[in-house]
Order: sequence, then C-alpha cells, then structure tokens
Amino acid sequence: MSAELSRVWRLGADIDTDALAPGAYMKHGMDVIAQHCLEGVRPEFANLVRRGDVIVAGPNFGIGSSREQAAGVLVHLGLKAVIAPSFSGLFFRNAFNLGLLLLTCEKAQQIQEAESITILPSGIHRANGETLSCQPIPDFLMAMVEAGGLMNVLKLRSQEKRNA
Amino acid sequence: MNLTTHNSNSTPQTLAQKLIARAAGLSHVAVGDVVTCQVDLAMFHDSSGPRRLKPMLDELGAKIWDSSKVVLVMDHYVPAQDDDAKRIVQIARDTAKVWKLPHVIDSEGICHVVLPERGHLKPGMMCVGGDSHSPTGGAFATYMFGIGATEMLGVVVTGEIWVQVPQTFRMLWGGRLAPGVCAKDMMLHMIGQLGMNGGQYQAVEFAGEAVMALGMQERMTLSNMSAELGAQVGLIAADEVTLEYLQGVGVQPKDLESAHEWHSDQNATFQDFHFSASDLSPQVAAPHSPANTKPVSDFLHTPLDIAYIGACTGAKLEDLRAAAYVLKGQKIAKGVKLLVAPASAKDQAQAESEGVMQILRDAGANVLPNSCGACAGYGATFEDKATVISSTARNFKGRMGPSSVQVYLASPYTVAASALRGSISDVREML
Repeated sequence: MSAELSRVWRLGADIDTDALAPGAYMKHGMDVIAQHCLEGVRPEFANLVRRGDVIVAGPNFGIGSSREQAAGVLVHLGLKAVIAPSFSGLFFRNAFNLGLLLLTCEKAQQIQEAESITILPSGIHRANGETLSCQPIPDFLMAMVEAGGLMNVLKLRSQEKRNA
Repeated sequence: MNLTTHNSNSTPQTLAQKLIARAAGLSHVAVGDVVTCQVDLAMFHDSSGPRRLKPMLDELGAKIWDSSKVVLVMDHYVPAQDDDAKRIVQIARDTAKVWKLPHVIDSEGICHVVLPERGHLKPGMMCVGGDSHSPTGGAFATYMFGIGATEMLGVVVTGEIWVQVPQTFRMLWGGRLAPGVCAKDMMLHMIGQLGMNGGQYQAVEFAGEAVMALGMQERMTLSNMSAELGAQVGLIAADEVTLEYLQGVGVQPKDLESAHEWHSDQNATFQDFHFSASDLSPQVAAPHSPANTKPVSDFLHTPLDIAYIGACTGAKLEDLRAAAYVLKGQKIAKGVKLLVAPASAKDQAQAESEGVMQILRDAGANVLPNSCGACAGYGATFEDKATVISSTARNFKGRMGPSSVQVYLASPYTVAASALRGSISDVREML
C-alpha cells in the first residue's frame, strides 16, 4: 500500500455486476466493456475516471454474476481500490484474483464524493484527519494484489518450478 | 473418486464443514479456517470458459490438470445471434478439441441443469463452476460454488481451490406448500427477508419437512438462487429423493454408497431461520432487485407485455409442468407474449412426451431454444420499455434489455397465471 492521495467516486448500495460490466457488451474485450462501466449509475464515470482513483460505495458491492470482467474493468480503468461496508463474496474473490484491492470498511459511507483519501496499512486516512479502520486482509490475498493478480502468481510459481 | 467422509471424531459438523473437510483431506474443519481443497469437478461455459481460459493457459504454457474432471457447456451464446457470438462459440468448440475434453454439452441446455442430468454430480463432491448460479449443485449435497475465469484458470492448472470454512445459515421450512406455491416462492421470500447479500458468502442449508418434500428440480431452484442470497453454497442433505434421481440418470451404485453420510450432524452449530410453508403465498419481486419481494397481492393488475418462462432457475421440467397445469385448455390474454425457453433438451423432450409442450403451444406460447436466452442478456433481450414477468433469477436494471425494461420475478405458476390475464395475477384464484 502506498501513501498517495486518491480521489473518491461515491456510489450507492447494491452496485451489481450488470452495472459494472453490462451483459450486452460481454462479448467484447475489456476495453469496450470498460467504456460502459457504471453507465446506468454514473454515466460520466468511464470518461472522467483517472488512474489511482478509488470507488467508495454502500453495502453489497459487486452482487450478481460471476463475470470477472466486473472487477476487470475497474483494473482496466486504473482504479486503485474499492472501499465498501460489504462486498459480494464472489466479486471479492474475483477482484483479488485480478489484483484489485478491496477494503471492507464499516464507516465507508462517511467518505465524501471527490474527497482525497490515503490508503495506509493502518486504515483509510481522510482529508479531515480521521482514520477509518478496515477489516484485515489475509496475507495470501495481499500478496496476490502485490503480484498484480493470480495470473502473475501462477507465472512466478511455474518459473520457480523450472528453475528448481 | 472416494466420496466418503473422513469425519471420524466426535466434533459435530455441518454438511458444509463435512464436504470441505473431505476435499481438504482433514477429519474436521472449524468455521473461519482457510483450507486448500482438491477439486472433483470444474464446469465452465462458452462465455466464462475457453475464450477466457485458453489465452491464459497458453501464456502460462500449462496444461489442464485432469480433463476427465472438466465439463464444458455451450449455453450462453447459443444459438449464435451475430458474428461475435459465432466467434465465441467457435472458440469453445475448437478448444474442446485441442484440449480433448471428454465432457462437452453443446446447445442441449443450461449448464446447471445438464450437469446433474448427465450424472456429473454426486453427494460428497467439491465442485466449482464458472457461473454464479453454480450453487445449484448444492441440491445434490455437493459443495459447488461459482468462481471467475482467472480463478478457474488456477483450478484447471492446479486442481485446487482455497475455501474459508463458512458458518451455516439453516433455512428451516415447516409445514406444506399450498397448491400453486412452489420453491421459487420460498426462495423469493427468503431473499426478500434477508436481502441480496443476506447470505454473507456463508453456507446456506435448506432443511425442514417442506424442503425434503420437494422433488430434485424444485430443490435445485432453492440452491440455484442461493446466489441471489449472496451465499457461497446452498446445500441440501442427500436423502432417498436424491438417490432416486441420481440412479435415474445413471450414476453408478458405487458412487452412491456413502450418499447417506452427507447431512449435517444434529449438534452442529447453525444460525437458524424459521419459515412456514403453509402460510406462504405466491411471491413477486419488483424491478430491479430480487430483494424487492412482496406477496403477489401487492402487485395485482400490473399490466404486462411479456411473460417469460426460462433459465436454469425457472424452465426445468417441473417448471414447465407447473405452467402447463395453469394454462391447460386456455389461451393467453391478447397483447401479451408468452415466451418459453426450456432449460434442457432432455426436459423439453420429456415435457413433449407428457403433452406439456403442446399445452403451452396451444395456449399461445412461443418456444425458444434450450439456452440461457434473455436471462443472461447476452443475446436476444426484451424491447425498450417492456414490462415483463419472468421465472428467472435476476431483474437487475439493464440485464434483460434496455434500462427502461421493467422485470418482475415470480414462479412459473404465477408467470403462467399472469399471461392468462395480461396482468400480474394470483394463481390460486385459477386452480
């Protein structure tokens, strides 16, 4: 986790996988799906999001389908993390497998739209000086984020095997 | 495969714990433990499978750990509606040959229905599916859950998956369902009560006399929509009904010898939720969430354009029979379209031989191919501003067509009854 400032996009509760990766575009690649990410909720999102931004949402982020493109588009668009009081379990696994950091934070909804926050090992540091704590993430999942996803972990493992 | 439990000590275990312990090669597991499980079966389809997996597998220079444990189902993009869909289906077919997959089910039905129908699921197994409705397999006392494509890549390379041992939320259903009320109503009611993520990615186990009185396909409807409850799995203990179904689809007796072991111990720790089947009325979920469920009486007379009976959730043989029971000898209302997409070719053939399909056609139904169809929203979807009542699982905004489409979810009984009147109706008035 680095100590850079991140700009916040605030979303509501129950953001589903069809909102993140609409079914009609699922036959296309990540670049096309990403253009339509959240278009039903925040039509300007895909155009205006910048690398390093974070999403702060209400409970149940990522409910719905197993389509990992729902997490993939957020990686593609350069999101640094998603912060919410709760996530769909399936989305949670997919996000870490693609190297996207999810922070489960009970008080996430106190964070404001366009606020600048810093993600630190101790929690989320807010513009007003407050620090919000997050649920701890198991080491093997944190390692997955640091490696940039499961694909890179598997590559490293197969290299190690070859070198052994 | 050895499907017996290792559970030899006296620590009481839930069904979920027993299934995970077996797959992890342990005598027992505790809630919260993170364990590595050996996978007995990995299922993926044309959308989640080869088109995503093959490039990654090639990049790794890896091979499938055991192709006999893989089932590929073409159901999402078939029949292909355009060139992109054709390309995706072709990738699946070509890859099946390259990988020499012995189990490929192409355009013969929806993965969650054809998997048990072909005898691939047995009590005690640990299975993963590249689809969120994979918990359907839990109806057969298998620990089956959905994963994304990258995690599926991990499984097909290593044959392993990590699981955090969940708590078990036990849904205890007492009493008996009234005529015209079915598993779909039970499930919509539970989702309405607990919410879309009420399952908190824990294990749900369906139990009680009203659950065990259900046939296998109705039990599958419960397990299927565990996805909408946000549970990792939706389990049901194996009993005589399970055994009879599995024997009927040709599962070998040796694979069923230990089937009776796959239930929760009485003193295991559950969080219990009590429901009364006898008091349950038909349920309807309003747009745009399955959690917007209320009794049908709250929605009566809502005018409809389309009545849709489809998907793994709502177009199995039992669902087709339910619709035909309501529609027999009648015609649907003017101005309403009734679309029926039977969940598998085998179910459709059986429905045909029972006269069920003829009843549906005579009532005015348009019969569609055995695939995910409008439910997945990948191909043909509903037109702008349509109001739809559907026996499927999800009514998210923009899923089954443009954002203006309004989808109400209900049982096949309620969908059929509503097609007859042209507006949302209480099927109990027609039985």
